[in-house]
Amino acid sequence: MEALKTSAPALPPGFSLRETRADGSQEYFLNMGPQHPSTHGVLKLVVRLDGETVVEVVPHLGFIHRAIEKMGENETFVQYIHLTDRMDYLSSHINNLGVCMAIEKAMGIGVPERGEYIRVLVSELQRIQSHLLWWGAFGMDLGAVSAFLYGFKEREKITQLFEELCGARLTMNFFRPGGSNADVPEGFIGKVKELLEEMKFSLDEFDTLISKNMIIRERCFGVGRLSRERAANYGCSGPVGRASGVDFDVRRDDPYSIYDRFKFEVPLGSNGDCLDRYLVRIAEMRQSVRILEQVVAAFPEGQYRSKEKASYKVPAGSYFSAVETARGMFGTYFVSDNSFKPYRVKSRSPNFSNLSALNEMAQGGKIADLVAILSTLDLIIPDIDR
Amino acid sequence: MSEETPKPDATPEVKPAEAKPAAPPPPPPVTYPRSAGVTMAAAPKASLSRFLGDAFGLFKGMNVTMRYFRKPSRIVTREYPENRGTLKMSERFRGQVVMPHDEKNEHTCTACTLCEKACPNGSISILTTKNLASKRVLGAFVYRLSSCTLCNLCIEACPFDAIRMGHGFEMATFTRDPLDLILNKTEGR
Ligand code: SF4
Ligand code: SF4
Repeated sequence: MEALKTSAPALPPGFSLRETRADGSQEYFLNMGPQHPSTHGVLKLVVRLDGETVVEVVPHLGFIHRAIEKMGENETFVQYIHLTDRMDYLSSHINNLGVCMAIEKAMGIGVPERGEYIRVLVSELQRIQSHLLWWGAFGMDLGAVSAFLYGFKEREKITQLFEELCGARLTMNFFRPGGSNADVPEGFIGKVKELLEEMKFSLDEFDTLISKNMIIRERCFGVGRLSRERAANYGCSGPVGRASGVDFDVRRDDPYSIYDRFKFEVPLGSNGDCLDRYLVRIAEMRQSVRILEQVVAAFPEGQYRSKEKASYKVPAGSYFSAVETARGMFGTYFVSDNSFKPYRVKSRSPNFSNLSALNEMAQGGKIADLVAILSTLDLIIPDIDR
Repeated sequence: MSEETPKPDATPEVKPAEAKPAAPPPPPPVTYPRSAGVTMAAAPKASLSRFLGDAFGLFKGMNVTMRYFRKPSRIVTREYPENRGTLKMSERFRGQVVMPHDEKNEHTCTACTLCEKACPNGSISILTTKNLASKRVLGAFVYRLSSCTLCNLCIEACPFDAIRMGHGFEMATFTRDPLDLILNKTEGR
């Protein structure tokens, strides 16, 4: 009965609204998701709004939590690889690579030359594929449906290549400690060469369609800014961090596999707004094409995998590996107690850190900008929850 | 003020006594925290030439669409349910696990259970039986498609190439029962 007398609606603990103003206007909460098309998955955002202005965004996680890290404790090291497909499913090859590298580090397994080239080749194809999907979805989020079709048309070519390579289109489970589970099929490199030529044409087409489109540019310029310091503090990596000027790329600064042999640049933005995040990703696709050209030009003959072990018993200790996925730094941390199964697995997922900057980016902007910001963050929700 | 939880015991008598004597000061403008220390590169200045250039850019974008309209050769259309007859999956395509049988309806599985151990999800159960020579042979290769992640680990583990990945991909069913399969047609010998 007491509660009925108060004017403020009962809010759950931890929630607060500013007081109702003299003219009767008031802040309010809006739930965005978990079933919202622009959250690209089951992410729920509780948005505190003042009219159309965003005051605060609180992401609620856990809708797609599958306890992958806990499951890893009950699976052998090789079995764990296929679970990482299901984290960031658009970078599944690269996630697999991270796990394999940690196992290789622990057991001192080497990778033959051709195996390393396959790794770089596949990783970069995966990066382009992921960015293509993002490009399409970005257009879709801002209301340009045709961008989605163009993006997916190009992406389909790479997906087709992956299907030929490992039989899967999304959950690859291709890399193994010491190389990969199969060699590249006949004529694969030729197809990649063809694809690269088409990619260059398509990227120019993308530029004409969207990058140089004044409506998109005006829509994105200055929206969702994130300063360099804050991006670094939040641990943003990948295109989100680089658009804010955080000059960090695992491929260049802590080269794994054979990335140190290839020439490429790390595109940087300065404004940290949606437009910069867009342009950085487009530039990254061009750099990936550049890396791929060097890879196919020097693709060696030989073995694709060093001698396969019957089982992988990892000596006691803790092992870490970091790779650059399409969204940033993906770390895998194993603790082993000298057995066939990891004692503890922990993944450092780039999306979780990138999401944490969302509140700061969206504050003070309009609710419609929140969709643009979410889109350029390029979140993969299963990677946040794991 | 906003930190305080709403007070249920706030009495209405106090308010008019405070508010009456002087007009309340105007509320401070609401400011929202923003990312600190961002220096924006200035937005390009508005000018006629820029406007014309931007408008021309829009037409160029439109021209991409028109190019596809005039030259539909680059358009990709797959009419999926209609093209079932000609649809060919790539050789390594990972559909459900199948057990190839030869013309005598025999398979090469020896019931070694390596695939069962390799499976991360427990999707495979090898049920063994004894043949006439009381040798342990395969009775039933139980395969639960419903819990299979199509990860290929069982195929990699099999030393006898007794199983492989099929090319079927239309696996949707209305109930769960058809997803529990027995792959071998005959018992092992
Ligand atoms: S494909 Fe993977 S999940 Fe499916 S039965 Fe084989 S090992 Fe198990
Ligand atoms: S399918 Fe292969 S691995 Fe599995 S029990 Fe038969 S022979 Fe062994």
